[in-house]
Amino acid sequence: MRQTLFESLVHGPLTEAPPTADDAALAELATSIDRLARRRLGRSLSIREVDAGSCNGCELEIHALNNAFYDLERFGLRFVASPRHADVLLVTGPVTKNMREALERTYAATPDPKWVVAVGDCAFDGGIFAGSYAVVGGVSNVVPVDLHIRGCPPSPVALLQGLLALLQCVR
Amino acid sequence: MASLTEIAAQGRRIEAHRPWPRVVVTADAWRAVAGELAAGRATLLGLWAEAGASGAVHMAVIGQDTSDIAVVSLECPERKFPSVGARHPPAIRLERAIQSLYGLEPIGAADTRPWLDLGFWDVQFPLGAKLPAPATRPGYDFLPVEGENLHRIPVGPVHAGIIEPGHFRFTCSGETVARLEQRLGYAHKGIAGLMAGASLERGARLAARISGDSTVAYSIAFAHAVEAALKIEVPPRARYLRALMAELERLANHFGDIGAICNDASFAIMHTHCGLLREQVLRAADACCGHRLMMDRVIPGGVAADVGRDATAILREALKIFRQRFPRLVELYDNTASLQDRTVSTGIVRADHARKFGASGYVGRASGRNFDVRKALCYAPYDELEFAVPVLSDGDVNARIWIRIREVEQSLSLVDQIIARMPDGPIARAIEPAGNGEGLGLAEGFRGDVLAAVRIEQGRVAHCHLRDPSWFQWPLLEAAIEGNIVADFPLCNKSFNCSYSGHDI
Repeated sequence: MRQTLFESLVHGPLTEAPPTADDAALAELATSIDRLARRRLGRSLSIREVDAGSCNGCELEIHALNNAFYDLERFGLRFVASPRHADVLLVTGPVTKNMREALERTYAATPDPKWVVAVGDCAFDGGIFAGSYAVVGGVSNVVPVDLHIRGCPPSPVALLQGLLALLQCVR
Repeated sequence: MASLTEIAAQGRRIEAHRPWPRVVVTADAWRAVAGELAAGRATLLGLWAEAGASGAVHMAVIGQDTSDIAVVSLECPERKFPSVGARHPPAIRLERAIQSLYGLEPIGAADTRPWLDLGFWDVQFPLGAKLPAPATRPGYDFLPVEGENLHRIPVGPVHAGIIEPGHFRFTCSGETVARLEQRLGYAHKGIAGLMAGASLERGARLAARISGDSTVAYSIAFAHAVEAALKIEVPPRARYLRALMAELERLANHFGDIGAICNDASFAIMHTHCGLLREQVLRAADACCGHRLMMDRVIPGGVAADVGRDATAILREALKIFRQRFPRLVELYDNTASLQDRTVSTGIVRADHARKFGASGYVGRASGRNFDVRKALCYAPYDELEFAVPVLSDGDVNARIWIRIREVEQSLSLVDQIIARMPDGPIARAIEPAGNGEGLGLAEGFRGDVLAAVRIEQGRVAHCHLRDPSWFQWPLLEAAIEGNIVADFPLCNKSFNCSYSGHDI
């Protein structure tokens, strides 16, 4: 362990330069973030991830944001264990009917001001699962969505671009 | 008692089904197959239903010693069939799902509670009679637990981490778990319904999204089934490219899991370093195959795209890094007593349970079940590659970590061999547009064997069933956690890493 720790000290950081905020995301957000909320939150956002029936592909890439290459926490963004602690709900999946109530309750449990980011093509409009008896199809059918990050699944860089746009607007 | 072969010989053989036989049998023969499973002479590979004119149930089994596979089918004009679960517990949840989705009733089943149907759908039996859902639905009764000073802890479907949705009901005595009962289905997307009538291309895209972490394995299983049904011979280069992607997927998931299990014992340094290795696999996959998770790269008939010219160099460089860094992490794991204190003797899966449930992947192999479809069925190109299937007998969290470590070593060697032997030639065969046939396919994912059963009519998917290895692993987690402390549940759960989406389909 000592060798591994020592190498981590002398080795340069692996963390890469941040991507620029996504323009499309900035445009979508411009309408939804009010100044009061910006002042209240300062520069830090807590994120609660909610899987509303995804295939787990989006979860894998959201997990990757925590690795040393992307290091999400350097931007003041961090994942929290409860919606009670969250400013942002990061929702994946086509919202299965079996998850609709759980998503509504999680949204209700999140204190204001709050934002909802829908991650992935399924969360946008149900994606390939749209039309099934078991899915609602799109997060915005259940809770108001402030930002969509498309992709199947979106890469960690795409996720960062979207979240940085959110952070810029909140600042 | 009649053997599997004898039972199969009495049934009506369906000629269109390949590569293994499918026979339509009588209710008595169906019961006899259930008896073979209960006696341990055969292992259940899958149990599923389809709507059709009268409805039918199908059961795929593999002989205990012979590795002979057969599918037996029973037509259900009266919408009922003799319960397999009544004699062979691994079938219980599969039958409950059949009852909830198709309305076919398993006669004699001990547990008649719904499964996957959590009471939120507009329809009842959505893949069968499609009746309007009843206005009032009874509550769900968790199994009773009796004793003094017991308390219950409900967890989920929204969990504390970045994980999939599911509900766990713990009944505890102090810190000790007396019983865990799972309630799953929150990720149910009705994929069997979407499959019916889909084009092969859409079917493949759906199959690739059953469980994102196993997208390559699912795509291969689906492709195997379609290619068997339509008698398509896949070019050798496509076989090798598929194996390359399958091994990269295994590496990425095993690296991620090894770190994540240690993280659930609060040993963050393993998580950090394993996370880097995982990321480097995904980057190599992206550079070679054009998608980090390699989604939609395997298609029926071959693969969608060839690897780039620099793929060999990229992969060799990645392998070099893994071979430098991984052994040191293994040593770190092995030499950290406080970590071993959490993983050794925690969450033990009994060998007889693993065998009875036909548990595959690291869950089965950590408990002495030496089964890997890459070896058992020797599908190309694994017949030309050298690798070992590691097996341990302790059945605890530690054993499931060591199986992953050994499999990482095997996969590194396999990637080496695949690069060295990669044949030239075409990467896909064209598929005739209006083909007909039935096929069964299996593929070894990182988690275990994925099964695909497909019927194709006029070039479209008439019926498709995909069975995740998690179906036979989730119940073992309930058994493994008994007598452990609540705080060790995340550790046990992560060491299983069952798929919610793959199970809930």
